[in-house]
Amino acid sequence: MKTKTRRFLAFQLASLLAVAGFAQSTPEERGLEIAREADARDTGFGDSVAELEMVLQNRHGESSNREMKMKTLEVSGDGDKTLIHFDRPRDVKGTAFLSFTHRVGPDDQWLYLPALSRVKRISSNNKSGPFVGSEFAYEDLSSQEVEKYTYRYIRDEVYEGQDCFVVERYPVDPKSGYTRQVVWFDKQEYRSLKIDFYDRKDALLKTLVFLDYQQYLNRYWRADRMEMVNHQTGKRTDLIWKNYVFGNGFTERDFDQRSLRNTR
Amino acid sequence: MNTRPAKEDPNWIVRLAEQAIRYRWAVILATVILTGLALAGLRNGVTFETSYRIFFAGDNPQLQAFDALQNIYTKDDNVMFILTAGKDSIYEEEFLEAVQWLSHRDRAWQIPYTRRVDSISNFQNSVADGDDIFVNDLVPEDLKLDESALAAIRRSAESEPALFNRLINGDGYTTGVNVTVSLPGVNDMTEVPEVVNEVRALADEFAIRYPDIEIRKAGMVMLNNAFSESSLKDMGTVMMPMFVVIFLIMAILLRSILATATAGAVLMISILGAMGMMGWYGFNLSAPLMSAPTMIMTLAVADSVHILVTFFSELRQGRDKRAALIESVRINFTPVLLTSITTAVGFLSMNFSDSPPFRYLGNVVATGVMIAWAASIFFLPAVMSLFPFRAKAKAADHAKADSSVFDALSALLSRRRHSFLAGSIAVVAFLGFLIPRIDLNDQWVQYFDESLEFRQHADYAEENLTGMNNFEFSIPAAESGGINEPEYLRTLGRFADWFRDDPDVVQVNTIADTMKRLNRNMHGDDPAYYRIPDSRELAAQYLLLYEFSLPYGLDLNNQVNVDKSATRVTITTRDVPTKQLRSLIDKGELWLEENAPEYMHVRAASPTVMFAHISERNIKSMLWGTFFAVLAISILLAIALRSLRYGLLSLIPNIVPAVLGFGIWSALYGEMGLSLAMVSGMTLGIVVDDSVHFLSKYLRARREKGLGGEAAVRYAFRTVGKALVVTTLLLAVGFSILGLSSFRMNSWMGQLTAIVIVMALIADFILLPALLMSLDRRRKKRAPQVEAPDEVPVHV
Repeated sequence: MKTKTRRFLAFQLASLLAVAGFAQSTPEERGLEIAREADARDTGFGDSVAELEMVLQNRHGESSNREMKMKTLEVSGDGDKTLIHFDRPRDVKGTAFLSFTHRVGPDDQWLYLPALSRVKRISSNNKSGPFVGSEFAYEDLSSQEVEKYTYRYIRDEVYEGQDCFVVERYPVDPKSGYTRQVVWFDKQEYRSLKIDFYDRKDALLKTLVFLDYQQYLNRYWRADRMEMVNHQTGKRTDLIWKNYVFGNGFTERDFDQRSLRNTR
Repeated sequence: MNTRPAKEDPNWIVRLAEQAIRYRWAVILATVILTGLALAGLRNGVTFETSYRIFFAGDNPQLQAFDALQNIYTKDDNVMFILTAGKDSIYEEEFLEAVQWLSHRDRAWQIPYTRRVDSISNFQNSVADGDDIFVNDLVPEDLKLDESALAAIRRSAESEPALFNRLINGDGYTTGVNVTVSLPGVNDMTEVPEVVNEVRALADEFAIRYPDIEIRKAGMVMLNNAFSESSLKDMGTVMMPMFVVIFLIMAILLRSILATATAGAVLMISILGAMGMMGWYGFNLSAPLMSAPTMIMTLAVADSVHILVTFFSELRQGRDKRAALIESVRINFTPVLLTSITTAVGFLSMNFSDSPPFRYLGNVVATGVMIAWAASIFFLPAVMSLFPFRAKAKAADHAKADSSVFDALSALLSRRRHSFLAGSIAVVAFLGFLIPRIDLNDQWVQYFDESLEFRQHADYAEENLTGMNNFEFSIPAAESGGINEPEYLRTLGRFADWFRDDPDVVQVNTIADTMKRLNRNMHGDDPAYYRIPDSRELAAQYLLLYEFSLPYGLDLNNQVNVDKSATRVTITTRDVPTKQLRSLIDKGELWLEENAPEYMHVRAASPTVMFAHISERNIKSMLWGTFFAVLAISILLAIALRSLRYGLLSLIPNIVPAVLGFGIWSALYGEMGLSLAMVSGMTLGIVVDDSVHFLSKYLRARREKGLGGEAAVRYAFRTVGKALVVTTLLLAVGFSILGLSSFRMNSWMGQLTAIVIVMALIADFILLPALLMSLDRRRKKRAPQVEAPDEVPVHV
């Protein structure tokens, strides 16, 4: 009885200390902790492939579609490798885009042009431009490595009925198009539910909303739908993901420059 | 002036005047309360609109075309910094470092609502790099700027169609940094100044940091800002002198400080009441509306002066203060009402205008004129009755000396009436003949005079860097993704080259040039490959590669639509007259029709195009406005003169002044703009007063005194001649002061109105009497039996 009570008290004390310790951590530390947890929960998926439809819309409501297939290979100790193969529009069918994201330093990017049957390296300092004319920048789509930002926890908030951490993150790369991003992570699964992007003059530029999260391999969450709205131009781009497949057994050889030429 | 149309039963007017004096405190209080209520209208969210867009109604086809174009691409305005090297050229390390500093993400990109910044340093140049293509800033931040690097930069810049004559030119001394902003358009009143303040602060910081480099500002945001800046400036150079001059004139005419102060109060009530009512009407302030106070003051002063002059003349004839006031109101009530209504009708004709600010102006001034009438009839006598004015009988003998001039004039007119009539017709015909020679011209830079910084800087940019005018085509391709078709791109290229051959064209911007450059890059920068790629797939993939390489803000979304089925071609021109510009645009549209596939046939759009059509649209709409004014005023006159015949006759001296005025304008300036389209209808209401007064006196002489034509003319001259001269001078001075405005729409309107008013006096003093004498004499000779029944028989 006595020992049990003592043990219980000790446990209580320990949890109190833990809570106090958590409370004492700076907003920066807390923000980083949340980002790390989100990253940790997505680690170990190995590889994936998915089909992607991109719907671009201008202020007028005129729209245009792009279709592509995206393969991803998780690389331990560095950023992921991604291969994007374009199916539509037909003028760029067969075009493929290969990128190696790096935790530190600029990413490597290549583009294969079937009309020339050549692979061209892309100057990687321009990651802030629009991805194939959409409202997504390359930096919005590339893998979100923890090291690419510094963080700051802002507050807790209920968003769309889910308890969320609201974290601000600041791009490390001076070539980024943003001064900061505000991310809503749900407390349950540490998924990004919404991101506000602030431009170079710190004005709200875009909002990205993640919808219809599905769980794969009982662990990894992927949104079926991502909607990006540009508040300054009235344009928007929706990404619709289909047919996610994990565990394809991809290797480094599926993501080299030669593989660009025949991705089908 | 003691105008009194005959057979008026004045009893109720007398009673009205008596009541106004008896309950004078109530009248004064009511006036103050009503003015206060009107002023409360300003709290209905009245703002100062500072956008060129306000001149275009929502259904304006050129505005709709431009909006459609902006919806497809991006909705942009711009600010252009113009940098001039003090010594050496812009292709020097220190200068290029300054351009980099200004176009850095921490500087120009920080201006509110900025979407992109284009400069020679961040231009996304593509070069062949071995087998790869390398896209980077033309002047990268880490580049060592030695002689050869500088020479290479100059070579690239001068051979780049997207830069040459846009951000640089051949002389090598000036360059532009163009900041594209997307104003939300929620509140012009704050958005434009917000941008401009930041632009000025940045320019000041630049000037301190780089004292050897001159920095200037131009662009659409600065244009928008100029509308409010010119209005602010005009408060000092137009409104203040106007107040001073009007009070001086009143003091001289009335020779009484108390009377001048009272008349001044009437003016203030009219202006404040009208501006307040503007709020109740739901109008916003804008540069054209800033002329309303000056116009109201000019038009309203006559009412008070008429009543006060009669009042003092009655006093001199021995009446006491109260009787003199009542008599003055009795005598002036109808003529002042009639002239106020006709003036208001003239201004209301501006509602036919296609340009909303001028509709607002017309309504506000019409309101002010009617408030002035009411204040002169009620408030003025009520206040005057408070002051100690005593009867002082004096022999008014100098009136005789004045009228001798008019006697001489009427004698001369009588003797040589045929020559005068013929001469008048010749002058009217000659000046009328000049009118079609006026060119419609709305060059928006020239809306502002050289005293404004905006104009100076825009002129400088025009002379030293690029043009301030442009027009754009959104040229569709055959299908989705069709902009990559070689046929489409080659046609674009030929279209651009065709424009480049025109001496008025400064620069042409098209994606075809980017395609040619990319094709060259892909072939090891071999100049032979500076041409459109051979296949659609090649072009599409080059473009994809290029787009992948563009940094934040410098994308192609402002040139290519999302569906890749249309691109934007922008043609920048010199500041040529509107007529020349329109012919250039027409020729361009025709070129497309004759040389391009049908799906590429489109029309141009831009603010410049909108202004290029605005005068013509307004002249057409104001023809109806003028017709309405003529009709309404003729009916009023026929009723007032109680004669259809003389009502119709009065049309001649009322329409002729506008003909003379526009003819003189043609000889003086040879061109006109938007605001002058309003002048014909608007002045009609003002000039009609002269002929009403003259004709009513003439008719009274014939009907009541039974005088013949000649004698009746002499009588009319004697009784109203001097008063007409005085009011004409007053009006001419008032509108001439408006002619000093730094905003051309207002200054031209003021100047032409002053001219028309002076012409009206001349017409009423020469043409009208000559006409009356000829007509009435001939009529008597030929058909003495056809007398109008209500006219008193004439005995010579």
